[in-house]
Amino acid sequence: MNYLRLLTAFFWVSVAGEVAYRVNFFFQLFQSLVSLGIAVTGLSVIFSYADTLGGWSQDAVLALVGVYLFVGGFIGLIVQPGMEEFIESVHDGTLDFTLTKPEDAQLLVSIRRINIWSIIDIALGLGVLVYSLVRLGEQVGIGEAAEFLLVLTAGAVIIYSFFLILATLSFWFVRVENFLTIFQSMYEAGRWPVSLYPGWLRYGLTFVIPVAFATTVPAEALTGRLTWLTLVIAVALAVFLFITSRVFWRIGLRHYSGASA
Amino acid sequence: MKALLDLYTQQFKTTLATMVAYRASLLIWMLGQVLEPLVYLIVWSIVSNSSGGSIGGYATSQFAAYFLLLMLVNQVTYTWIMYEFEYRIREGLLSIALLKPVHPIHSDIANNLSSKLITTPFMILVALALVPVFHPSLPLVPWAIVLFFPALLLAFAIRFLLEWTLAQSAFWTTRVGAVNQVYFVLMLFLSGQFAPLTLLPFPVQVAAYVLPFRWIIAFPIELVSGRLTLNEAFIGLGAQAAWLLASYFLFRIVWRAGVKIYAAVGA
Repeated sequence: MNYLRLLTAFFWVSVAGEVAYRVNFFFQLFQSLVSLGIAVTGLSVIFSYADTLGGWSQDAVLALVGVYLFVGGFIGLIVQPGMEEFIESVHDGTLDFTLTKPEDAQLLVSIRRINIWSIIDIALGLGVLVYSLVRLGEQVGIGEAAEFLLVLTAGAVIIYSFFLILATLSFWFVRVENFLTIFQSMYEAGRWPVSLYPGWLRYGLTFVIPVAFATTVPAEALTGRLTWLTLVIAVALAVFLFITSRVFWRIGLRHYSGASA
Repeated sequence: MKALLDLYTQQFKTTLATMVAYRASLLIWMLGQVLEPLVYLIVWSIVSNSSGGSIGGYATSQFAAYFLLLMLVNQVTYTWIMYEFEYRIREGLLSIALLKPVHPIHSDIANNLSSKLITTPFMILVALALVPVFHPSLPLVPWAIVLFFPALLLAFAIRFLLEWTLAQSAFWTTRVGAVNQVYFVLMLFLSGQFAPLTLLPFPVQVAAYVLPFRWIIAFPIELVSGRLTLNEAFIGLGAQAAWLLASYFLFRIVWRAGVKIYAAVGA
């Protein structure tokens, strides 16, 4: 309950900070619409030559684009801004202030920075998702919807934990933000079903940089492609990474001596 | 002339030192450069295989050749001035460059060339490493290979001048990101980065031919893949020469107007 109160407080602080720059809303809206336009145009060209792409229909790939935008929005909203600021604060020693606060430091660094304009991506992703689901029609039942929510949550936890583990490395290494950039370019590949990619790339996108669990797997759930094995692996990996990132965070924190002290 | 030569040598040394210092960033940047064409290559190969092994005059192995060549052409013609120019203006760094007795574009050209000199061999290695994975087929037409090099050089020159000119939009607006994004979308579809141009709807192809986009990416690739007749190749080189001239004048006009309204921030 306390966590929720904190999150709301941080959210309103971000809103207060951004309403001074209202034009940013249109700027972000423009950028999001352009990237949606690219995806839709690309798909319509590709599907003018083929009915299915590796077994995925146009509407199914569109659902994947929706998930891609939605999860990308979630990353841009809270995961990436928080982790970037955390890495920065390890460099210049301002993490000291966070550590003195009477609340769990991992929680604080995770939620204190919110980029509210990313909500546009989330809304746009939801819109695309709903549109493609309407077109897919009868194929989506309650079971698929429940599976979707479960693997989507698992995907979000996996992404968060993955980012946290990378960011925690900054207790030892200096240029960790490079890893975040790698994630950004690999995430682009998540706009397509990972099953299209040759083995090495597919495994890389699944287990080295877990993009697949954030985009392809939830989309599989919606379009009735999800196997029980994938579902179990996604949930197990989410639990495993969440615990690992927590443990790793604690080890890292013990290693932190404060740059300014 | 001697002074310019000195500038270029010195810039080369500086760029080299910077690149050695930021090895990791360089690798990451290359990853992005490789990944995008790779993804489109994979997608188009699947589409081609599912429609009997060829679409729009491209067999699967020719798609492979197209996108591997795209990696190289994009690598050679690529510029990053659009990210940098905005920063220069915002931070008032352009004032320092304006004090120097040579036009600031010279150090950008030198910087671009020297960094390409170092990164291009790596890109060639990456493309070669992908050959056994995707089995590209490339007919070797001697005259086409000879003409490929001037076409590539012209493509680089046009793209550099155009993007340098476009980067100057930072003189007028603080929303350079929006300008860049429109440009990137046009590049993606009109220059042949998304797919060979013959696969796109006819109006898009016309736009690509009329605007400079085809001439900075697709043309050299089509040329070296032996898809053009000798006649078409010379017409293409002519179009490139015309666009080079046009983009040079555009660059001059915009620069003059831009410097006039430039008010150094932070100086």
